Amino acid sequence: MNAAAAPAADQAVLAVRGLRKRYGGAEVVAGVDFSVQAGECFGLLGPNGAGKTTTLRLALGQTAPDAGEIRLLGEPVPARAREARLRVGVVPQFDNLDPDFTVAENLLVYGRYFGMRHAEIQARIPALMEFAGLAGRENARLNELSGGMKRRLTLVRALVHDPDVVFMDEPTTGLDPQARHMIWERLKRLKNEGKTLVLTTHFMEEAERLCTRLAIMDRGRIIAEGAPRALIAAHIEPQVVEVHGPGVEEWSQGARAHAARVELAGETAFCYVADETALLESLRARPQLVYLHRPANLEDLFLKLTGRDMRD
Amino acid sequence: MNLVQSLLVLPRLSLRFVHVWRRNLLVWRKLAIPSVLGNLADPMIGLFGLGYGLGAMLPEVAGGPYIGFLAAGMVVSSTMYAASFESMYSAFSRLQHQKTWEAILNAPLTVDDVVLGEMVWAASKATLSGTAILLVASLLGVVGSPLALAALPVILLMGLAFAAIGLIWTAMAPSYDFFMYYFTLVMTPMTFLSGVFFPIEQLPEVLRWLAQALPLYHGVALVRPLFAGELPELWWLHLAVPLGYAVLGSSCAGADAPAPAQ
Repeated sequence: MNAAAAPAADQAVLAVRGLRKRYGGAEVVAGVDFSVQAGECFGLLGPNGAGKTTTLRLALGQTAPDAGEIRLLGEPVPARAREARLRVGVVPQFDNLDPDFTVAENLLVYGRYFGMRHAEIQARIPALMEFAGLAGRENARLNELSGGMKRRLTLVRALVHDPDVVFMDEPTTGLDPQARHMIWERLKRLKNEGKTLVLTTHFMEEAERLCTRLAIMDRGRIIAEGAPRALIAAHIEPQVVEVHGPGVEEWSQGARAHAARVELAGETAFCYVADETALLESLRARPQLVYLHRPANLEDLFLKLTGRDMRD
Repeated sequence: MNLVQSLLVLPRLSLRFVHVWRRNLLVWRKLAIPSVLGNLADPMIGLFGLGYGLGAMLPEVAGGPYIGFLAAGMVVSSTMYAASFESMYSAFSRLQHQKTWEAILNAPLTVDDVVLGEMVWAASKATLSGTAILLVASLLGVVGSPLALAALPVILLMGLAFAAIGLIWTAMAPSYDFFMYYFTLVMTPMTFLSGVFFPIEQLPEVLRWLAQALPLYHGVALVRPLFAGELPELWWLHLAVPLGYAVLGSSCAGADAPAPAQ
C-alpha cells in the first residue's frame, strides 16, 4: 500500500479492514482488507467456499463480523447498515423475485421497501423496463419469463431506487451465452453511468471483461489484488501452450527445458512460457500430440494461485 | 447463549414493517376468495355440526344452549389456526422457497422488521377469520350481547400471540414436516385443554393448572363471558398471558431467524 492510497481510503465507497467471520468451527473470512473507490468495478474472485458471498453479506451488514471494520458509503456497518443500504442495490446469486406478482408489481413492491412513493416508482418503470429489455412486458407474469429475462428483471429491481453502488453475487451464473452477454452489456452501461459495481464471480472471462480491479480470495483470505492484466503480468508467463495426446507425459519431461513452468493435470500438460518458439519447435517433431497455443488469461492465474483441486 | 443475548437487546423496530405487511396483503388480494372460503369453511362446519348436532343431545352447558358456549371457543380457536397456518406454512414458503425474506433484507429492512411485518400480517388474517365467525354467530342469534364487540381486540391479540409462536417454529423448521409436530402435539391438545369444546371444570386439577399457561385458554376465558354480556373476571391476567407470548415470541423469532443461505 503506497502513501497516495491512504487519503483515498477515507472517500472509498466501501472500505473493509481486518474482517473476520467464523461459522461453527470454520473461519470463513479470515482477515480481509480491501477498498473500492467510486466508479470502480471491483471483482471478488475465488473458488466455491472461498468466502466471497460471506464477505458481501458482511459488507451489507446482514451478518455481524467477529472482528474488523466496515464502512459502506461512509456509514459504519453493521451499526448503520440500514442507512447505507438505502443507496445500495443488490443482485442476489439466486433470483428471489416474487412469483405471485407481475413484472411491474415486482418493481413497485420492491421500491416501497426503500421508502419510495408509488408515483415515484411508477415514473421510473418505463426506463427500467427499457434497460432490462423488457419493454411492453410490464404485466407479464413471472412464469412467462425466460431465465435471462428474470435475471435482467432482478438487475433492474436492484436499480429501482437509483443506487450509487450495486452489489452482485455471481450475476451471470446459470445463463446461456446470449443472456450472459446481454447482462455484461447492461453492466458496462452502468459503469459508464458512473455507478460503482462490486461483484463476485468465478467466471474469469467475466472478471477480465468487466472489472477495473479485482481481488482473488481463497480460504477466507485475499491472496492477490490488482487490475486484471497487471495481475496476470505480475504472476504468470504471457504465453500458454496446452498439450495432450499419447506420450504427453514423457514429452513434458523434455519440455521443461523450454518452459518456465510445466503443469501436468490429468492427460494435459500446461506449459507457461515467455517465448514459445522453442516449445512449438519441439512439438513439430511430435505430430501425434495435439496442442493449443494462447495468451495467458486470468484463469491461468487463478489456477496457479488456488490450485487445481476440486472445491465443494 | 446467542438467543439469551438477543433477547436482552430490544428489537430494532421501525415502521418499515408496514411494507412487509402490505406485500403480503397484495398477494392475498389476488387469491382472496379461495383463501377466505378455506379459512372459514372448517370452523363453520365445526360450529354447526357440533353446535346443533351434538348440542341437541346436551342439556344446558354453562347456563345456556351448547352452540352459544361453543361459538366463543370456535371464534378463538379458528383465530389460532388461521394465525398458525399463515405464520408457519406461508411464512416458511416465503423464507425458504421463494426467498422473499432474503430479497427484503437486501433493502434497508432488518430481520426484526420482517418478523414484525409477518406477525402483524398473520394476526390480521386471523382477525378476519375470527371476526367472520363472530359475525355469522351474531346473525344466527347465538351471540346475545353487544359486548361481543369487545371480543375484537381479544381476537387480534390471539392472532398476534399465535403468529409470534408460529414464527419461532418457522425460524427453526428444517422443512414443512416439522410443523406437523406443533399441530398435533401442541395445538390439538391445547384446544381440548382450553375450554373450547367443554368447560375445563371437567378436567383433572393438574390439567386445569396446565391450562393456565396456555394462551388459548385465556382467549376463551375472555371471549366467552363477553358473548354472554358479562365482563370477564381477572381480565388483566387473561390479557397479560397472551400479550407475554406475543412480545417474547416475536423477540425469539427475530433472534432465531436463520440468516439467508450463504
